[in-house]
Amino acid sequence: MAPDTKHLEVTLETQVESVNLAEEMCLRLAEAVGFGEDECYRIGMSVREGVINAFHYGNKEKPEKKIHLAVDLTPEKMVIHVADEGTGFKLSDVPDPLAEENLLSTSGRGIFLMRAFMDEFEVVPARTGGAEIVMSKRLPNLGSPQSNGSHGSAPHREA
Amino acid sequence: MALHLTPRDSGAITVVDASGRITLGDGSAMLRKTIRQLVEEAHCKIVLNLADVDYIDSSGIGELVSAYTAVRSKGGELKLLHLTKKVHDLLQITKLFTVFEVFSDEASAVRSFK
Repeated sequence: MAPDTKHLEVTLETQVESVNLAEEMCLRLAEAVGFGEDECYRIGMSVREGVINAFHYGNKEKPEKKIHLAVDLTPEKMVIHVADEGTGFKLSDVPDPLAEENLLSTSGRGIFLMRAFMDEFEVVPARTGGAEIVMSKRLPNLGSPQSNGSHGSAPHREA
Repeated sequence: MALHLTPRDSGAITVVDASGRITLGDGSAMLRKTIRQLVEEAHCKIVLNLADVDYIDSSGIGELVSAYTAVRSKGGELKLLHLTKKVHDLLQITKLFTVFEVFSDEASAVRSFK
């Protein structure tokens, strides 16, 4: 780790309450480093979705498994890691929630939202054997690259 | 903030006023229970007023879709009213604006039912 990187790491229980806890913790960090309201919302939502993914799909809601949340604050960006103790997954196996046949699916939008709301997003094998989501947001004082949150700007039916 | 749902009648239409967050856990469960109960009682023309809902996660989106399909399976319709900006944007990027009918005033929403 670079000497000018600040690192925070917590181990969370596999329970619904961990989702709110992780979101709240990362929101406070994001506010502290100067992200504005909209970016804080996107970061908070992404952390929430990452932990929901670990809770539900990775750890299969098994209470004996843990969720590992880490945040690195570098001079350039906030990097968030969410690792589970499941069996891992490939991004290429995740169905596209914008495909016509998936629009009425009741699940499967978490990965899409994280990709839409963060500047960088990837899934790597975790040391725990499961999947590790790694996502980052460029710090606000450095300027923001063009948002990738404009997926699917479908026309809407508003009466 | 916990989700509160208050159904009220507007003629033959049921308007459900929602406030709080629709997220994994109690919020999603509360929405599921309320919609299922309305459907069981044959209230299948529903307007969900989201004016005071400023946060929905993927679990909440899934529950909205589930409510939509549950109502339609009984021959009814579920329409959305008064979206906050965040919810509006969320439905737009997930393409659910192509699924839900969305209204910005209650009278129009109520009148739109066949």
